[in-house]
Amino acid sequence: MIRSTIAWIDDRLGGSSFTRTALKKVFPDHWSFMIGEVALYCLMILIITGVYLTFFFVPASDEIVYRGDYAPLHGVKMSAAYASTLDISFGVRAGLVMRQMHHWAALVFIAALVIHMCRVFFTGAFRRPREINWIVGVTLLLLSIANGFFGYSLLDDLLSGTGVRVGYSIALSVPVAGTWLAFLFFGGEFPAVEFITRFFVLHVLILPAMIVGLLTAHLAILWRQKHTQFRGPGRAEDNIVGSRLWPTYALKSVGLFFLVAAVLAGLGGLAQINPIWLYGPYDPAQAAAATAGSQPDWYVGWLDGALRLLPGWEIRAFGYTIANPFFPGGLLPGLTFMGMYLWPFIERRFTKDYASHNLLDRPRDAPARTALGAAMLAFYGVLFFAGGNDILSNIFRVAPEKITTLFRVVLFLGPAAVFFITRSACRGLARSGAHPTEGPVGSRIRRTPSGGYEDVGEDH
Amino acid sequence: MTDNAPPDHAPGGSTHDADVVDPAEVVATAERRIAISFVVATVAALGLAGVYVAGGQAQAEGALLFVSLGGVGVGLVLWGGHLLGEEEVTDQRKDLEATEEEQEAIGEALHTDQPEGRRKFLGRLLGAAAAALGLAALFPVRSLGPSPGNRLRRTAWTPGARLIDQDGRLVRVDTVSRDGIVTVFPEGRTEAADSQAVLVRVDAEAMRHRPGRETWAPEGNVAYSKICPHVGCPVGLYQAPTHELVCPCHQSTFDVLDGARPLFGPATRSLPQLPLAVDPEGFLVAQADFDEPVGPGFWTRDR
Repeated sequence: MIRSTIAWIDDRLGGSSFTRTALKKVFPDHWSFMIGEVALYCLMILIITGVYLTFFFVPASDEIVYRGDYAPLHGVKMSAAYASTLDISFGVRAGLVMRQMHHWAALVFIAALVIHMCRVFFTGAFRRPREINWIVGVTLLLLSIANGFFGYSLLDDLLSGTGVRVGYSIALSVPVAGTWLAFLFFGGEFPAVEFITRFFVLHVLILPAMIVGLLTAHLAILWRQKHTQFRGPGRAEDNIVGSRLWPTYALKSVGLFFLVAAVLAGLGGLAQINPIWLYGPYDPAQAAAATAGSQPDWYVGWLDGALRLLPGWEIRAFGYTIANPFFPGGLLPGLTFMGMYLWPFIERRFTKDYASHNLLDRPRDAPARTALGAAMLAFYGVLFFAGGNDILSNIFRVAPEKITTLFRVVLFLGPAAVFFITRSACRGLARSGAHPTEGPVGSRIRRTPSGGYEDVGEDH
Repeated sequence: MTDNAPPDHAPGGSTHDADVVDPAEVVATAERRIAISFVVATVAALGLAGVYVAGGQAQAEGALLFVSLGGVGVGLVLWGGHLLGEEEVTDQRKDLEATEEEQEAIGEALHTDQPEGRRKFLGRLLGAAAAALGLAALFPVRSLGPSPGNRLRRTAWTPGARLIDQDGRLVRVDTVSRDGIVTVFPEGRTEAADSQAVLVRVDAEAMRHRPGRETWAPEGNVAYSKICPHVGCPVGLYQAPTHELVCPCHQSTFDVLDGARPLFGPATRSLPQLPLAVDPEGFLVAQADFDEPVGPGFWTRDR
C-alpha cells in the first residue's frame, strides 16, 4: 500500500533519485551538532502550542470587568487580552499546560540558539563557505528575541506592560525620527490601545513567517554545503564522516524531538512560569503597583541590565537631545548585532585566511577568537546579572547604588580578565595537546585486518 | 554518541577482553528496553486522555505528557543506537565553487538580442515606475499612528484643575500627612496616564525651592510627575527618612526636597514639578500644566 502510493507519486513528480541520495546523506556524530536541532524542535513545539493558544487568546485592549474562573480577580477591570489569558490558564482544559509549554519552549529555544551560535563561533564553523548561513543564523536570533518580547507583551499584565513602556521609551529616544517611530509603531502616545493587536499580528504572523522562511533557507544551505566536522582519523576537508540520514540519524533525531518535547511538557506542567494572575492587569494610569523585582524574560535581561548600568548621561546639543535610553536600548543592540553579522569578515581581515574550511577548529586552535568570544560572553553575562541588581541588593543586603557601581566596574574589568585568562589557557592547551578536562590515559592501538597493530594516537 | 555503536562489529573485536558480550544478548536487551519505552509511552498517553476527560489537571497533564513523549523519544534513540548497528561511513564533498566556464554560461543564458541603448532606456523607465510605486506604498504607513504634534508636551492638567486620588476623592491641603504620599490626577481624568503625579507632604521649611517655584508647594504639599524621565516607569517608592523617590525599574533616585533632582541611576533630569495652589475651599488645585514635557526624553524635547 505504502509502496504503491510512493510509486504513484514518483511517477508524477519523479523525486525518487533525490530521495535516494537524501536518505544516504551523511551526518557527523557529535553532541554539539544537536544543539541546533534542539532549537529546531523547540520551534516546532512553539508553533504547535502557539496555534492552540490562538484559538482562545483575544488580542484586544477593550476594558472588561472580570467574572471568570479565577476568584481573586473578580470585579477587577482589565483588558480582554489579559482576561482571555486568565481563561486559558484557568478555564480552558489543558490550557495552562499549553501556555506554560509555550513560554518554556520560547526560553529554551533562544537558549539553544545562543548555545548553537557559540558552538559555531568557537569552532570557526562560520568561516568560508558558511558566511551566508552565519548571517541567516544571526538574523534568526534577532527575530526570535524580538518575537519573544512581542509574545510575552501580549498578555497585558503588570510586568509586561512595564516592559512595553520601556520599549516605547527606547523607540522615542531614537535620534531625529524617534517620536514618529514610536507613534507609528505603537499607534500613538503611550498607552495607545492599538499595541496589543499590532504585537499580535507581529507575533503570530509576520515574525513567525520570517523565522520559518529563514530557517528553511538555513537548513537548505546546510544541506547543500554539508556539515562541518572535527578533525580525526579519516577526516579531511573534502570528505564527511558520520552516519547516514536513514536509518540511524533519522531515528536518533526524531527521538531527540520527542525528548525535547517531553522536557518542555514536564516544565510546562510542573514548573510555573509567568503567573500573570499574581502580577495583576496593567493599568498605565494606575500602575502604582509596579514594584522592584521586575525582570524581563532572560534573553532581554542584558538590555535591562544595560539600562540600569549606564549613568545618567545623555547628549544635548543645538537644542536637540539624544536621550539616555538610546545608548543601552538602541545603540548597544545595534552594535551587538552589527558585530555578529560582520564577524566572519572581520576575522578574515585579521587572519588573512581566505580559504574554505570544512574541518573545524578546536577552540584552542584560535586563541584570539576564543578569548574574544569568552570576553563577549562575560560582558553580556555581567549585563544580564546587572538586570537583577535590585534582587541581588536584597539577597546580599547591599545598597543598590553600591551593587550598581560594582557592576559598572566589573563590566569592563571582567571581560578583560576573561580575555587574557582564556587566551593563555588556549595557548597552554595548544602547546601541551592535553584535553582540558581529561588527561591522556594512554595510546590507542588498533589491530589491522592483516594481524598487525597500528597506533591511532593518544586516547582521552 | 560515537561510543554507542556496539564495538562487536569492528573487525578486530573488542579491545577489552574482560567484557566480551554475546551480540545476540545485546540486541535482545535493547529490544526489551525499546519495547518497555513504547509501552510506557502508550500507557501514559492513555492516562493523559483519562485526566482530560476527568476535568484536566495541569501538573498531571504535564507529568503524563513528559512520560509519554519521553518514552517515545527514549525508544527511538535506543532503536537508532543499538539495533541498526550501522558503522561510520565516509562521503565525498562536492566542490560548490563555480568554475569560470559555468559563470560564462550563465552570462550567455541571460543575454538578450535587444540593442543596448533601447534596453537601457526601457530599464530606466521601469526603475522610475518601481521607485514611484515604492514611494506610493510608503504612504499607508502614515495611517499607523497620529502625528506626535504637541501630544508629548501637554498633559490633562489645566489651571485650576482640582487634584483627586486614584479612587476619585478630592485632595485637601491637609489630606496627606507629613511624609505621606499619594498618586494624584486632574479631577475627572484618572485614565490620563501622562498626567499621573505623586503628591508628597514634606516639611515646608526644609524645601529648597527652584527660582520661580516658591509658591508651588503650599504647606509642604509638593507634586511631581510620576513618570520616570528615564524610560517611563512609575516613580512610586518613597523613602521618607531621606526624602527620596525611587523608580522601581532601574533605581533612579530623586531628591524630593530639592526639585526632584536625580541623585543616582540612569535618569538625567529632575521630575517635572506640578505647580500647586489651594482654592478658597481648601482643596489642592494645579496652577497650570507641567512647564516641561513629562516622561522620557526625545530628540526635540528641548525645542
